[in-house]
Amino acid sequence: MSYYHIEEEENELLAKVEEISGEIVTLCEQCGICTTSCPMADEMDFTPAGIMHAVKIGDKAVLDSKAIWICASCFTCTVRCPRGIDLAKVTEALRQIHLRKNKDHINLEEVKEEELEEDLPPIAIVSALRKFTG
Amino acid sequence: MEVAYYPGCTLKTHAKEFEKAALKAYRAIGIELKELDKWYCCGTVYSLAKDNIMYKVASVRNILNAQKEGFDCLIVLCSMCYNTLKQAQEFIKDESNLARIKAFMDEEEYKGIEILHGLELLKDKMEEIKKAVKKPLNRKYAAYYGCTLLRPKSVAIDSYEKPSIMERLIEALGGIAVEWPLKNECCGSYNIITNKEIVVERVRHIIENARQRGAEAIVTSCPLCYFNLKECQKDVKRIYPGFEEMPLYYYTELMNEAFNGKFDKGENNNGS
Repeated sequence: MSYYHIEEEENELLAKVEEISGEIVTLCEQCGICTTSCPMADEMDFTPAGIMHAVKIGDKAVLDSKAIWICASCFTCTVRCPRGIDLAKVTEALRQIHLRKNKDHINLEEVKEEELEEDLPPIAIVSALRKFTG
Repeated sequence: MEVAYYPGCTLKTHAKEFEKAALKAYRAIGIELKELDKWYCCGTVYSLAKDNIMYKVASVRNILNAQKEGFDCLIVLCSMCYNTLKQAQEFIKDESNLARIKAFMDEEEYKGIEILHGLELLKDKMEEIKKAVKKPLNRKYAAYYGCTLLRPKSVAIDSYEKPSIMERLIEALGGIAVEWPLKNECCGSYNIITNKEIVVERVRHIIENARQRGAEAIVTSCPLCYFNLKECQKDVKRIYPGFEEMPLYYYTELMNEAFNGKFDKGENNNGS
């Protein structure tokens, strides 16, 4: 690997993600089945396997990725991971690291009022708020 | 047979036709859906953070409330509500989890309750369904499960990789169910608010796949899938002018169509 690698005991990102998710990220062996299964992978800047790798090596660039917000927690990667890792929880942990610093990913003021009141079903609004605000 | 039923917010607003059709269709096969006297928003998505107890409180409160009203089984029609309530129920099966969450609510003891999606209730009712059919459906349908009926594994109402319950229903109603690979792929869900362009591409992909497999309409039980697929087809058409829109139905609407010999979708009719 050409980029940096942090030893596990100094890897703050890994520790935080494992704490919030309850998952053992280091079990990942980079087989890539998550990426081939992910319906959103083409739209992502970090693939699901790339997210796992970044957390494993402590690459905080993943925190600024679009991918963690594109993941819709569909659990396809989770049900297929041969190591039994719940990747949906790992991505949730990465989002939570932002949201717990009071950095929301959605600004409701930017959503048109008529869309909120009439067009969008409540499940769309409530789920987006739960996923994108702290 | 009377069963307790949890509607959720969207079946009372955007997906009224889903509920209306459900009450009628289930009644036709001898099942009375009795709405809970008291219910709250379930939260729509289950919190995946290990330490987030607060987001699970609303779901657990709904479960305790159903128990308080005397029920040991709760039927949910909205796929997202089903997923959230079912995951919460799985969570409180563990006594230490239950104890943590009970610290936030001073309600009765949890004795255990079954949470079923409306489709699960139909698994053993196929003969009754066939008997209730007055006008068999004669079109080809693609059953679209999406994510929340099938994943994670602990909530799956059927095989999570190769579900067939909706296909069996379509066939029982006289329709033809097409086999297609995208039936359990995500439509983009709440990305509709933050990344609509991604959902539009997903919808194009899903609809075209269903069409290639011969489908003339899509059948679902998720109001968010329904909304995304229906609304985003208009955007797909703007980007790809040759695209032809495909009608969408809730599975309960198909039941009524076959049971009553006429389709009364009213103003929500999507070009069918």
